Amino acid sequence: MARVVIRNLNKTFNNVHAVKGVNLEIRDREFVVLVGPSGCGKTTTLRMVAGLETITSGEILIGETVVNDLPPMDRDIAMVFQNYALYPHMSVYDNMAFGLKMRRFARSDIDRRVREAADILGIEDYLARKPRHLSGGQRQRVALGRAIVRHPQVFLFDEPLSNLDAMLRVQMRVEIKRIHDRLGTTAIYVTHDQVEAMTLGDRVVVMKDGVVQQVGKPLDLYNKPTNRFVAGFIGSPAMNFATVRVHRADSGLRADNVGFGIDVPAEIGPRLRPYAGRDVTIGIRPEDLQIANGNHLPGLCFDAVVEVVECLGAETLLDVLVGGQMMVAAVEPTVGAKRGDKLRLALRPERLHFFDTASEAAI
Amino acid sequence: MALSDVITQRAFARAPQRGVTTRLLEDERWLATVLLLPTVILLGVFIAYPFVEGVLLAVTDSRVGVPGTFVGLQNFEALLDDSIFRTAVWNTFVYTAVATAFKLGLGLWLALLLNRHFRGKAFTRAFILLPFIIPTVLSTFAWKWMFDPTFSVINWTLFQLGLIRARINWLGDPNLALISVIIVNVWRGVPFFAISLLAGLQTINPELEEAAAIDGARPWQRFWHVTWPLLLPVTMVVVLFSVIQTFADFQLVYVLTGGGPANATQLFATYAYQIGVSTGLLSQGAAISLAMFPFLLIVVVVQLLYIRRVEVH
Amino acid sequence: MIEGAKWRRWVYFYIPLGAFVLWLLFPFYWMLVTSVRPDRELYRPWMAPNYTPFWTAHPTLEHITDLLTETLFIRWMANTLFIAGVATLISLFCGILAGYALSRLKFPFGGALGTGIFITYLVPQTLLFIPLANIIRNFRLGDTPWALILTYPTFLIPFCTWLLMGYFKAIPRELEECARIDGATRWKAMLYIIIPIAVPGILSAGIFAFTLSWNEFIYALVFLSSAEQKTVSVGVTSELVRGDVFYWGQLMAGALLGSVPVAFIYSFFVEYYVAGLTGSVKG
Repeated sequence: MARVVIRNLNKTFNNVHAVKGVNLEIRDREFVVLVGPSGCGKTTTLRMVAGLETITSGEILIGETVVNDLPPMDRDIAMVFQNYALYPHMSVYDNMAFGLKMRRFARSDIDRRVREAADILGIEDYLARKPRHLSGGQRQRVALGRAIVRHPQVFLFDEPLSNLDAMLRVQMRVEIKRIHDRLGTTAIYVTHDQVEAMTLGDRVVVMKDGVVQQVGKPLDLYNKPTNRFVAGFIGSPAMNFATVRVHRADSGLRADNVGFGIDVPAEIGPRLRPYAGRDVTIGIRPEDLQIANGNHLPGLCFDAVVEVVECLGAETLLDVLVGGQMMVAAVEPTVGAKRGDKLRLALRPERLHFFDTASEAAI
Repeated sequence: MALSDVITQRAFARAPQRGVTTRLLEDERWLATVLLLPTVILLGVFIAYPFVEGVLLAVTDSRVGVPGTFVGLQNFEALLDDSIFRTAVWNTFVYTAVATAFKLGLGLWLALLLNRHFRGKAFTRAFILLPFIIPTVLSTFAWKWMFDPTFSVINWTLFQLGLIRARINWLGDPNLALISVIIVNVWRGVPFFAISLLAGLQTINPELEEAAAIDGARPWQRFWHVTWPLLLPVTMVVVLFSVIQTFADFQLVYVLTGGGPANATQLFATYAYQIGVSTGLLSQGAAISLAMFPFLLIVVVVQLLYIRRVEVH
Repeated sequence: MIEGAKWRRWVYFYIPLGAFVLWLLFPFYWMLVTSVRPDRELYRPWMAPNYTPFWTAHPTLEHITDLLTETLFIRWMANTLFIAGVATLISLFCGILAGYALSRLKFPFGGALGTGIFITYLVPQTLLFIPLANIIRNFRLGDTPWALILTYPTFLIPFCTWLLMGYFKAIPRELEECARIDGATRWKAMLYIIIPIAVPGILSAGIFAFTLSWNEFIYALVFLSSAEQKTVSVGVTSELVRGDVFYWGQLMAGALLGSVPVAFIYSFFVEYYVAGLTGSVKG
């Protein structure tokens, strides 16, 4: 069984505590994505799983074996690097065969495996070429092929798509997903791009400053972020945040600030009651800010002035001024708003997020 | 059907046993030790050991075939009284300073010329390095022949041009000898400076000079304010190498004048050879060689500090 | 190109460049002319009326043939080739290993060792030649090519190491990491991945080292005594001057032929030589 267990993993570089007490269990055949801003410790964690960095404290198990002291070549893993790391002096065929040669496979076995992988990736035509004669996308496929031929227990990906242009990135994303579906090997994938995380991961691990913020299925992270960081990191355009004060009103709680106020919906009331008289942070996703019409609760509507209009074709982004704050609303492309227009916006009660201003945890 | 189901052969079921040598070599520290061992041994035996031996020799009174007894700093004191030694020190400093200055100036000029595009540039660049490539002794003989008092082609040319009436005794005139030797040293060193500085020039982003030109700077100002500061790191390294080689130079003077006439071209190295090898006074010769060391050390340290400071910027 | 009138181009560019090229290359031309010039024309005083120094109407091969048959010149060439070749190989071997260790491995005293090796490069041969002569004699290596083969690496290795460190550092770390994940030990990764990629650097270092060995003089002068053992530089200096008489024809022929191997190799590998030169300076 090729599961990966990370227990209480810590890593310190000189005086920098880069990875703090990470606990993670990756199940067999699962595709887990580690995502977060630069410096959050995701790459360091991956490199410790690979054996390219020493572990300060904690344990890593691959399968049932503790691999802390095993060198990379004995861990039965394969890694795809951001810069492809193709051996420039060898042909594509030799690049893919290198690992097998090092392990003294029979030549016929090597040949069979290389051609199989080439077939999966569609690169049979350039087995004889050298990397410098290949495009970025082709090189990345070769890097993938090199990992596939080893039939490892775990695939490790270190931001493999960052060096590709936007269109190619989308294509290769699909490729990677397709290959994972076909091969079923356990995979750990590191990226700073939340779109990749959402589309590729069976589960997503959000990290910040060396600490795991939340682990869950992509949609769970989207719908139920456990803290403000995850809420702001997942989803594009990013969630709008505003500080509001909670106070008791006639029919329940009201959350407001200068120029902006809503009635707190009944479902959320109990959770928010302990915060009466204090400030909290409210989070609203741009796609949840809608143009008010008769179907919306009047207590959840408010005024806004349009500052900037961005037409994307499939949707339109409106940068609006609400009270003293800027927010982004993603509305239907048919909305013909102009700069300076006054709009009435509305929220749906089930699409509100609240966060404690001090701890940033979700309320 | 996943591929991994079909292939039942795993690379290995568990981590394989590795031999002691392999495990040792995996460790960075052991591998580094093994890799550095041949170098350290060679340099230790043939540089560190002789250096120590040299110091020991210099504080005894050995001669060829006669092991010496400890005499302390007697050899060095004798050197201070030795007028030839003082001349040699003076000559070496003048030789190094003047030659380096000219090599830098002319080398820089040549590098700037070569930095332009013209037909036959690659060809020219290749040929220009010849003085540096060809063994020094051999090309120096050509110069000796060119300087020959009776048969000098230089004298012939100058005479034909009407610039001189009597012959110039390039190597025999004590007032001229050092200059002649410097000329040959500069001749040999200019290509090294030129090619190295050219490489440095080519790493400078041309947009910087273009921006300066648009800002209204004239060619000389552009050079002084944009090019020269960026070239300084490379220049300092080149000058460092050159100064050390020139200070310790032996071949040129040995072939051209042997140190004469009347010690006009005597340098540290040639005097050490004359005393230590020709005359066989080993300890005194070693003392002369070692006397080079403090000066070299100062020059090296000053330049290294300067390089480090320039690099930090 | 220089902006402005054509005359400016000539004054500021073509004339200076031409002057440089002339000055730098004339001595070699002079070597060539002297080598093929018969003695009677050679020893004509500089003020003699019918002196045409820059060419000769009666070229002769006698100097060259005399050189090759009457002196040990061919033997000297063979000696020098052997010594330079083996010294270069030893230095490359040590330089590759040391350069790899210093640039890609982390270990205590790494920085100090690197600086130490650099400093030995700055210790000139003229400082060490007297005590080294003693040591060579004690090891009974005097008057053999091995005296030079073992001592030349002292100035070749630091240079090769430094140059190769630059090349090794430019190879991305990920290539090695990938190889190690693929199953190669550090040693194999060095052998199969890093060194093949650094081949241009190795070639540059090798050619530069060969040239430097061919050029060395004082060790060869002091450690070798018998005529059969001498290198080209020493042989030409000591054996072609009989008494106080310089046989310029043969001398120049010797100088010319002695330069040929180096110039030959150089002509094929100019780019590598220049890369070696500039690489060492840019560090």
